[in-house]
Amino acid sequence: MSGSTDWPLWEVFVRSRRGLSHTHAGSLHAPDAEMALRNARDLYTRRGEGVSLWVVPSSAVTASSPDEKDPFFEPSADKPYRHPTFYEIPDGVKHL
Amino acid sequence: MTATAAEATAAALALGDDALVLSHRLGEWAGHAPVLEEEVALANIALDLLGQARVLLSLAGDEDELAYLREERAFRNLQLVEQPNGDFAHTIARQLYFSVYQRLLYGELATGSGEFAPLAAKAVKEVAYHQDHAEQWTLRLGDGTEESHGRMGRACEALWKFTGEMFQPVPGLDLDWPALEASWLELVADVLERATLTVPSGPRTGAWTAGAGRQGVHTEPFGRMLAEMQHLHRSHPGASW
Repeated sequence: MSGSTDWPLWEVFVRSRRGLSHTHAGSLHAPDAEMALRNARDLYTRRGEGVSLWVVPSSAVTASSPDEKDPFFEPSADKPYRHPTFYEIPDGVKHL
Repeated sequence: MTATAAEATAAALALGDDALVLSHRLGEWAGHAPVLEEEVALANIALDLLGQARVLLSLAGDEDELAYLREERAFRNLQLVEQPNGDFAHTIARQLYFSVYQRLLYGELATGSGEFAPLAAKAVKEVAYHQDHAEQWTLRLGDGTEESHGRMGRACEALWKFTGEMFQPVPGLDLDWPALEASWLELVADVLERATLTVPSGPRTGAWTAGAGRQGVHTEPFGRMLAEMQHLHRSHPGASW
């Protein structure tokens, strides 16, 4: 088995044919982006047509820290005026 | 020129046997591939080929009977596809040579109006993927380390003598075989050159080459492969599964 430096981890995002946004589907190991894309097609889409795929090296993702969850997210949650919840949504607006 | 019924059956058998035998070879990789992702890719290709084999053999008769009850001399596959897997480079070289051939062949058949056109239209998408997969690995192994470059070069060299057979005209398939062969040589040479490999210079047809699979003459490893593939069916003939 190759070392993890030769086969780094990639995160896979899939947008299905009628989907609106890319959703994180999982991860895989691959030697480079081209191979990651091909492997992702096999593992996560079964080569279904009209699907869009993104692959991102895991090392490129910066995540928020679970330990700092409270100070990080609290301040916005306790100020209701920050949330656009007081508007009537017209019937014609979809996907909101 | 329209093919007679007997010719069409023979052509379905030739193409079906190619797909069946290569599918079985790729199936032997299950659990042994270099990485998990490659395991999935090889199994995927094997499944595509098995699907093609089922359709083609069904055109020629009963698919199970044809796969499991024919003797070696009755198989019409190319000698290339029955070659053992060898190392990963050998498997990739075999895939490269065969998938480029299959894509050109099905591409032509799909544009025609023959009885293989609907099958070819579906299969050409699958084999385009197979070709891409083989090409990607040829580039990586050829232009990888000294070791992988050497292995890929030796594999391409070793299988070269089996490639002339692919362009023996198959009765029932009305194709411009010399044009197919010229395109094949051009495409394969392009990939090998990009992979920093030398295009093998040995003969591909004529004396000292292999290639009578279409006439039912096969290489020695094929008998053992068939023995394994057909064992259960022959032990319990007529069973349903």
